[in-house]
Amino acid sequence: MSDVVEKTLTALPSLLSLDSQPGSAKLSSTSKLGNLIRGITELTSKHEEEKLIQRELTSIKDQVSSPNTSMRQMKELMVRAIYCEMLGYEASFSYIHAIKLAQQGSVLDKRVGYLAVSLFLNESHELLLLLVNTVLKDLQSTNLIEVCMALTVVSQMFPKDMIPAILPLVEDKLNHPKEIIRRKAVLALYKFYLIAPNQVQHIHNKFRKALCDKDPGVMTASLHIYLQLIKENSEGYKDLTASFVTILKQVVGGKLPMDFNYHSVPAPWLQIQLLRILSLLGKNDQSTSEIMYEVLDESLRRAEMNHNITYAILYECVKCIYTIQPKSELLEKAAKCIGNFVLSPKINLKYLGLKALTYVVQQDPKLALQHQMTIIECLDHPDLIIKRETLELLFRITNGQNVTVIVEKMLDFLRISKDDYTTIDLVGKVAELAEKYPFETMNTVFSLGGDMMQPDIPNSFLKLLSEGFDSDEEDRKLRLFAVDSYVSLLQSEPNKLPQRFLQVISWVLGEYSHLSAELEPATVMTLLSKLLDLKHTSSETKSWVLMAMTKLCEGGVAISVAQDIYETHSSSMDTVLRQRAQELQHLSQDSELRGRVLPRDAGLMPLEVDSSLSFLDGFVSEALAAGAAPYKPPHQRQEELAQAKALSLEPYSLSLPISMSSCSIADRQSPTLMSMSSGLSGDSTDLSHKGGSTTLKLDGVKRVWGREGYLAQREPVEETAQVEVPSPLRSPSQQAEADSTQSQTPTPTVTPELEQDKQQLASSLFVGLGSQSSVCLMGKSDPTPQRFRRKAQGRASSSGASEKTPTSLGSTPSPVDNLLCNSLLDSNLVSEPTNQTPQASQSLDTTNGNCHEELTDVKENNPSLIHNNEEPDKPKDLCLSSHLPTELSGLSHSEITPLCSNQSVNLSACHVQKEDSLQLVIFIFNSSDSALQQMQLQVDSGELKVNYCLSLITDSPVEEVRSHSVAVCHYSVTVKRPSVHVEVLGMLSYQLPGGTPQTIQFSHKLPLTTFIRPLTLSTEEYGSMWLAFSQDTKQNLTLINDDQDPLTTTLNVLKKKLQLHVVEIIGVEGIVACQLVQDQPCLMHCRVHAGTLAVWLRSPVPDLPDCLLYHCQRALQEH
Amino acid sequence: MIKAILIFNNHGKPRLIRFYQYFAEDMQQQIIRETFHLVSKRDDNVCNFLEGGSLIGGSDYKLIYRHYATLYFVFCVDSSESELGILDLIQVFVETLDKCFENVCELDLIFHMDKVHYILQEVVMGGMVLETNMNEIVAQVENKISPSGGLSAAPARAVSAVKNMNLPEIPRNINIGDINIKVPSLSPF
Repeated sequence: MSDVVEKTLTALPSLLSLDSQPGSAKLSSTSKLGNLIRGITELTSKHEEEKLIQRELTSIKDQVSSPNTSMRQMKELMVRAIYCEMLGYEASFSYIHAIKLAQQGSVLDKRVGYLAVSLFLNESHELLLLLVNTVLKDLQSTNLIEVCMALTVVSQMFPKDMIPAILPLVEDKLNHPKEIIRRKAVLALYKFYLIAPNQVQHIHNKFRKALCDKDPGVMTASLHIYLQLIKENSEGYKDLTASFVTILKQVVGGKLPMDFNYHSVPAPWLQIQLLRILSLLGKNDQSTSEIMYEVLDESLRRAEMNHNITYAILYECVKCIYTIQPKSELLEKAAKCIGNFVLSPKINLKYLGLKALTYVVQQDPKLALQHQMTIIECLDHPDLIIKRETLELLFRITNGQNVTVIVEKMLDFLRISKDDYTTIDLVGKVAELAEKYPFETMNTVFSLGGDMMQPDIPNSFLKLLSEGFDSDEEDRKLRLFAVDSYVSLLQSEPNKLPQRFLQVISWVLGEYSHLSAELEPATVMTLLSKLLDLKHTSSETKSWVLMAMTKLCEGGVAISVAQDIYETHSSSMDTVLRQRAQELQHLSQDSELRGRVLPRDAGLMPLEVDSSLSFLDGFVSEALAAGAAPYKPPHQRQEELAQAKALSLEPYSLSLPISMSSCSIADRQSPTLMSMSSGLSGDSTDLSHKGGSTTLKLDGVKRVWGREGYLAQREPVEETAQVEVPSPLRSPSQQAEADSTQSQTPTPTVTPELEQDKQQLASSLFVGLGSQSSVCLMGKSDPTPQRFRRKAQGRASSSGASEKTPTSLGSTPSPVDNLLCNSLLDSNLVSEPTNQTPQASQSLDTTNGNCHEELTDVKENNPSLIHNNEEPDKPKDLCLSSHLPTELSGLSHSEITPLCSNQSVNLSACHVQKEDSLQLVIFIFNSSDSALQQMQLQVDSGELKVNYCLSLITDSPVEEVRSHSVAVCHYSVTVKRPSVHVEVLGMLSYQLPGGTPQTIQFSHKLPLTTFIRPLTLSTEEYGSMWLAFSQDTKQNLTLINDDQDPLTTTLNVLKKKLQLHVVEIIGVEGIVACQLVQDQPCLMHCRVHAGTLAVWLRSPVPDLPDCLLYHCQRALQEH
Repeated sequence: MIKAILIFNNHGKPRLIRFYQYFAEDMQQQIIRETFHLVSKRDDNVCNFLEGGSLIGGSDYKLIYRHYATLYFVFCVDSSESELGILDLIQVFVETLDKCFENVCELDLIFHMDKVHYILQEVVMGGMVLETNMNEIVAQVENKISPSGGLSAAPARAVSAVKNMNLPEIPRNINIGDINIKVPSLSPF
């Protein structure tokens, strides 16, 4: 029985009965909507429903287009159309009528019309343009209700291009006498800000006025805007901190009218919003944080635990307290609050408690220690969400000692989880932890994670295996173990293994099965050939398998197997497979050739890659001569296709990077490499460029993993016994049990009590979290202020836990500040002799040298600084800019800005503008007394494409930095997706001798202008490009009016500051062109009109015009 | 920001759908189906938050829901909303419905879909929380539903509510402190 019928049974009695439903429902049941609904409920199948709705839609269609339909009927028809749309049936014919209804009807008709429009259409729907006039008219209406409706529809959706048309009207509404109108206007403006930030830039001070509005409702609405603005740029709004604090103080103190109370809590949503704003403002800012301590304390005190909503406020308070600069009394109170959350029987609060713990645990791991028993209980909670949140928390407190237990817990969860999203997320985390964890874990991860895991997980695993570790003997053992375990897996049930795992297996067997003395190549070949016959094996996997076979075919039996395989696959429909089979055939016949093509044990030798694929040049020129079309890079093809409105190239752009990354893992030729190059003939330079960029993510896949992993086979008990922190509460026998839990071999002979079990779990989970001496089992740990990690940063390195230390410039020890200051001046000194650079890059130098010019000024005016700088006792190697890579040293660079630092390292960065890219240089200064080892720097960005450049001095990534010396990492970055400021995120991991691994994170903002280069064009070229570009933006800019020719002056300012190329100036119009590296043009058309400069930007790249416009505005403002 | 508000019954039949972010029609239906699938298999004694539905998007998004008799009220929000705050907002919304329909039930939502939308418009505007005071919401809705429009024709209940809120004796002003309003020198536009 379908659910529709079930619903009929539940719905009909009340529908038809004469019960107490007052009026409304009964009345409508006789209407047409009622009939429709009743009709639907009487149906028995989805198919019938479809038929009925189609009939209904046809009848609606007839009626709406009939001229005799009255407004009243129209309204009713619209509601029915909305109903059909809600059920998922398209009623697009009614859209235009909805707009008409909004245009023409009385207030009530309009309302239905607007509602229908806002439900039917979206921001980019073309019909929406028809609504603009109606909205304009209604905004000017004297009827408040019409104004309200117009504002509501505007905040739901409005075409971006038309915002300027109604902006002044909406702005006017900020002064409207009715508070509801003002409030809605504020939200509408916020919406405008979200979709087109540049358009509302000039009214930021009106937002301030809204914040000061005499009506608290309007003020509340304006907080939405401020939350967003402060999220984007907290520095710009520090001055408002005191105001926000005052507001919060008054709200908390009950100064608001009773109307604003909710369950006798004064304006709780307002409080939540304010607390969020404050936490953003106080982050990493001691002085701002100090302003808010008092009111936070007050909030905590006032929010008595009596209602759900007070918990909401408390939760925000706690988060705020842990986000801003710490203050010990507040932290103590907040910790208590978190305790209340975690211990609460209410499940929602428990969830939030765990979330809060996860948030604070990096600063204060002892807090987790206090609640360990609760956390253990949560691990077995029936609610999966709670369970997952707990795992998230455990993930954050993972260290070398408890990783075994935590990963085991995660894998348990993976086994029961059915949700794709959770699986992907968790598999990633497990793999991240696996760097410290035994080998079989990876087998489990591969089997459970299946094909949903990120492709870089198997990649980095293989990389790890092939690169090996310190000792050859260990490498050999590890590989041998892998081979043995894989062979046994294949012998049992290969059909159950996921594809990615099969690929890993075949690569490993191909590469290393010769290590096993008793394993005949023929046996492996037979095992592998079985994989080829499996039904579900994908062709990608098959090519991996064939490739492995090619490496193996040796000796009589193997050759005959190879022969068989060749016969079956040489006629395969798949060209890649056919190619593989051919290779197999040839190489199996000719062992000498095979030895040359696939040398054994060459994994460690750096492979020479001809990234320009120059060996194909002959082929390319031949093909071109034969009339082949020249190669076009993917983005160009995509552009052309987009213009032609043809099919999207989605599948190609997806598969390209994937196969690329799979070819870069295998060091030696992986099965997909050949197919790539053969599949895309022609000039492939762009391709190889792309290949270079999909470098492996090798973060932290280092030694810890393998050694421990392999050793764990033999001596896990010894190992854990060594690291175990002595726990006073356990007897020796319990100790042994705990050890057995850790080594994952639960001994069934001992059946301990449940509670004891949990305690052991606790001790193994939370080991290493406390300070050096004691692990407190039951959570009554010492209340000394030491536990506040941020306060006592010096302790971090000695506590034995490997945690991410959030660093802030404000809290670094003072010598560091001095150092950075000096290096800044040094950099300036060194960049001085850049005048001799060749004229080609002169334009670049002018902007690069901007800061340097200013700074030299400072130097001249302020000789004491120099003097200071030249003091003999300053070590010479502080001068960071002398460490610039040689290929950049001739060019001038930007100011060297400090990124972050802690007690042992200082990171700073500068950039150099080159014509085709931006070179980002990161300096790692080791300020500690010992060398940094195993250092890895990882730089990533959503908006940028980052390529690691091998510097000429050191041809491999630096791994070790001596004490008080500098390492340099050099990246070439280009923009993938424009935004006003592009942010580079990075993480440095390193180890001090005898210490534990540490990581330090940083972020670096680069303004888009550093990526802008002039684009030299002729006017004709400009004209043809102009027509081809789709993304455009128009805006008025201020003219610089100090000259008889304001246009030229203004354009020259832009040219100088933003490196634009002025193509031509004709009368009052000027055309300007620039490009975003690399090859992303943007054209600008300027016209002087009524004292302002009307600019019109066009580009094929989305968002580029908007971002550029922003920088133009800035440049002109600064001028 | 609130990304979407979905109301459906125990069988997954949609009763009110409001998206504040654009999704294509078939995607919307898919989101409704998946959300129903996620929410309906949860007991009543587990927490009201769900994370990581893959459709509306990744780790930043949450589903916050409440189950009343035959209906599920689901809000899809991003990380800038407070979980418990939204939970109470749902409560406010439902109580307001109850006030407007007098003992609201699923049928009211079916037959007065438009009115439910109007009420929702006064609570959430363009994905942002607009008003959380029940009386105020009712007043706004009622005063627009009355045929002649305008405050004067509002029903007595609404009028009383409005009056109550605008009483001059009640100090509705907050002293904002010393915000320095700089009068802008606006560029001519």
